[in-house]
Amino acid sequence: MSTQSSRLAARVMVAPSVVLLFIWMAVPLAMTLYYSFRLYRLLSPDRTGWVGFTNYLWFFNSPDFWLALWNTLALVGGVLVITVVLGILIALLIDQPVKGQGMLRILVIAPFFVMPPVAASIWENLFMHPQNGLFAAIARGFGAQPILFLEEYPLLSVIGIVSWEWLPFAALILLTSLQSLSSEQLEAAEMDGASALSRLRYIILPHMTRAITVVILIQTIFLLGIFGEIFTTTQGGPGSASTTLPYMIFKQAIAAKDIGRAAAGGIIAVILANIVAYFLMRGIGRHLDA
Amino acid sequence: MGKITLKHVNKSFGEVAVIPDINLTIEDGEFVVFVGPSGCGKSTLLRLIAGLEDVTAGQIDIDGLDATYLPPAKRGLAMVFQSYALYPHMTVRKNIAFPLKMAGLSEEEQEKKVQNAARILNLTNYLDRRPGQLSGGQRQRVAIGRAIVREPAAFLFDEPLSNLDAALRVSMRQEITELHQTLKTTMIYVTHDQVEAMTMADKIVVLNAGNIEQVGSPLELYHRPANLFVAGFIGSPKMNLVQGAVAAAQGADTIGVRPEHLDIVESGSWHGVVGLTEHLGSDTFLKVVLDTGDTITVRADGEVGLRHGDRISLAPRPDRIHRFGADGKALA
Repeated sequence: MSTQSSRLAARVMVAPSVVLLFIWMAVPLAMTLYYSFRLYRLLSPDRTGWVGFTNYLWFFNSPDFWLALWNTLALVGGVLVITVVLGILIALLIDQPVKGQGMLRILVIAPFFVMPPVAASIWENLFMHPQNGLFAAIARGFGAQPILFLEEYPLLSVIGIVSWEWLPFAALILLTSLQSLSSEQLEAAEMDGASALSRLRYIILPHMTRAITVVILIQTIFLLGIFGEIFTTTQGGPGSASTTLPYMIFKQAIAAKDIGRAAAGGIIAVILANIVAYFLMRGIGRHLDA
Repeated sequence: MGKITLKHVNKSFGEVAVIPDINLTIEDGEFVVFVGPSGCGKSTLLRLIAGLEDVTAGQIDIDGLDATYLPPAKRGLAMVFQSYALYPHMTVRKNIAFPLKMAGLSEEEQEKKVQNAARILNLTNYLDRRPGQLSGGQRQRVAIGRAIVREPAAFLFDEPLSNLDAALRVSMRQEITELHQTLKTTMIYVTHDQVEAMTMADKIVVLNAGNIEQVGSPLELYHRPANLFVAGFIGSPKMNLVQGAVAAAQGADTIGVRPEHLDIVESGSWHGVVGLTEHLGSDTFLKVVLDTGDTITVRADGEVGLRHGDRISLAPRPDRIHRFGADGKALA
C-alpha cells in the first residue's frame, strides 16, 4: 500500500541522486555543445570567439570525415556479424557435455579480461608482425609471402582484434540463453521429425533472439567508441584507412590541439550514436518485449 | 497399426541399472498405462520406446519391425510431454503444423489437417494465439493436437496431467479417454497416479524399481494383486496389510483386506478402537487401532455414528482376504 505521503517521501529521497545524475550527464554535454561553436585552439589561446557552424563544416568538408564515418560503421557492423555468428557456434559447442567443461568455459571467456591496448599489442606483435608473428611463420611454412596485415588490411585487422576481444562476451550471453532452453522442446522437435539443422533454425535460434538482441545493443554502444586498439596498432593509418570517428576526434583534440573542432566532432558522434540507436531499436528492439 | 513389443530391454545410466530386464507386448489399439512410484523407471521406459534414450541391450519392435536403433522421428510415434513442450514463439497453428512442415507437406494439406485437429480438440478459435496466451488445459490440447496431426502408430503420454488443477485433470482425463475411443490408436500413458491408471487403462503395467510387478486390466489388478507391492499400490485408500498371528491363522505371512471388505459387526474376529474419522459424505473412512497394535482403515457408511475412542468389532469378508507368502507373492 502506498499512501500519498509515502509516495512523496519516496520522491524526495530519490531526488538527490536523480539531480546528481542529471548534472553528471548534462554538464559535460552542455560544455561540449558550447565549445563546438567556439574558436578554441590550445596553440593560440588568446584568439577566441563564436564561430557558428565553422567547426562542424570543417568536418563535413573534410574527405577524411566521410571515410571515418564509414570506417566506424564498418567496424561496428563487422565486429557484430563476426561475434554474433561465431558466438552462437561457440555457445552451441561449449554447451555440449564434455570433460573439463568448467576449464573450457573459463578459457573461452579469458580474452574478455585482457585490456584493449594489451590485446592489440599481443595481436600486433605476436600474430600479425611480418617478421616475428605467428601468421607470418605459418605463411612462410607454406612458402608464401607473409601478409602485411596492418599495412594492407588495416581496418580488417582492427575488426579482427576487436572481434577476438568481444567474442567471449557474445558467447557467454548466448550460452546462458541456450542453457535456458528446455530440453523437452528439443526432444519434442526431434520427435516431430526436425533435423539438427531444422531444430537450430526453428527452435534454438528463435529462442535466442532476445539474447542476440541484447548482445547487439550492448556491443554497439561500446564498439562505437573503439579507440585503444586503433591507437595501439595502426594509429588510424596508413593514411586515414583505419581512422574512425573517435580517432578523428582524438587527432583534432590532442594532435591538432583544436578543442572547438574536437567538440564539434563529439557532438556529431553523439548524433550518430542516436541515429544508430534509433534504427537498432526500430529494427530489433521489439524482441526485448515479452 | 501400433503393436509394440519389448524384448529383454534393459537400460543403465553408467553403473546404475534403471531397467534391469523388461519383456512386454502392447497390442494395437490398446490404452496401456505405466504406473509406479517416482523413480521406478516408467518415464525412462517411455523414452526408450520413443527413442529419446538408447537401450543398453534388448530389442524394441514396432509393428513387427526392429526399431531399436531407429531415430525418434522414424518410429512413427508421437509424444505429449509433461511440460507440453510447446514452441513459445510459434502460434498454435504453427505449433500443430510443425511436424507436418518437417515432413514436407504442402501448405494446403497442413492447413487442412490443422483445421481437422483443431475441430476435434475445440481449438479452432485459438489458432492464432501463442502458447503463452492459453490456459493450462488449452496448452495440453495443443500438445495433443501436435501429436494427432502426424497420425502416429502410437501416442506416448508422459504424465500429461500433472501440471493441471484437480478439476481440470478429471475433465482432461475423460477427453483423452474419449480421444482414444475416437481414434482407436495405441496409447501409452505414464503416470504415478493410480486413479488415472484405474480410470483410463485397458491394461495397467505396474512398475517398481525398473521391474514389471504385474500386467493386467484395472479390475484384475484390483481383485487379484500378484504381490504385496501391487496390493498396496492399487486402490485408494490402501489395502490393509496385517502380519503376525492373524495372518498365520490363514496360513500366510501377510494378509490383505481392502477397507471396503471389512464389516462393522457385534462380535467379529478383529477388535479395536476408532482413531481418526474422515467424513466424505458418501463414505466415512475410519482409522482403527487393533488390539494387536496394527492400524487399519475401514470404509463405513456415510451416516455411521462412530466417534474417536469408540470400541468396535470388525469382520473381514472371508472370500475377500488376500494372502501373501514370505516372498511377498500372492498365495493361491
